[in-house]
Amino acid sequence: MSTIKQVNEPEPATEELALVTAAKQGDVGAFEDLVRRYDRNVFRIAQHITQNREDAEDVVQDAFLKAYQNLPQFQMQSKFYTWLVRIAVNEALMKLRKRRPERFVSLDEDVQTEEDSMPREIADWSPNPEQQYNQAELKDILGKTIQGLPAGFRTVFVLRDVEGLSTEETAEALELSIPAVKSRLLRARLQLRERLNKYFKTRKSGDGNK
Amino acid sequence: MTCRDFLKELTDYLDNAIDTQTKAELEDHLQWCHNCYVICNTTKKTIEIYRDSHLYELPDDLRTRLRSAIMSKCGKKDSTA
Repeated sequence: MSTIKQVNEPEPATEELALVTAAKQGDVGAFEDLVRRYDRNVFRIAQHITQNREDAEDVVQDAFLKAYQNLPQFQMQSKFYTWLVRIAVNEALMKLRKRRPERFVSLDEDVQTEEDSMPREIADWSPNPEQQYNQAELKDILGKTIQGLPAGFRTVFVLRDVEGLSTEETAEALELSIPAVKSRLLRARLQLRERLNKYFKTRKSGDGNK
Repeated sequence: MTCRDFLKELTDYLDNAIDTQTKAELEDHLQWCHNCYVICNTTKKTIEIYRDSHLYELPDDLRTRLRSAIMSKCGKKDSTA
């Protein structure tokens, strides 16, 4: 069985370094290029964490503004994108806490035991299960399914598997240890798989089309 | 190797982040354990579906509006600095 394909680097690192250096020296145009480069990523991350479109829009604005204001303190020891993601995740978690004050939301949220992620249903999927649904139905299924995960698991999954950050970058962006990232990632992947079973498992003949 | 051992290594296996010997042991397990084969296959598919789904894309008009708001605030910050 083959392993999953790795996501390519968003942009060459040297080009980014030049933009960040210029932006640090007050070149607003260079900062705008950085916004253009990463706004889609920040929006996706924010929407995944907050699960709310308006909050995600606010997070994009607040995260870039905060990055701009703090650029002089950015030491360039990590990638700009990893640093930006860290700011965006914190902004998104703050939004989530405001919206759900009754429930403390933290990346350390780890109340489930390992048993909660153990596979319960073992059913194979058809070769291209996503093709059983049209684009809008599929998005609805995927959105609803990921919303059910705890914020800490959701965030690790999105950074690693959707945005393609490495385990080390994810750990740095979320201020978690590498074993903590790996443990959350495994549990997020297994829980999503389990929840998608009901939509994607192979139908027996006579079950209808869906 | 037990199924529980296999699951513990599943993330590193899918990310191709394991040594050759462990990889060989995992693949040997997959040869005879249908349940782990199915879990591995469907977990890999889960990741690929999410990665390819383009959930939450930023529409062009909203993108322009947000960028313009960000840059206007950055400009104000500059002028007050």
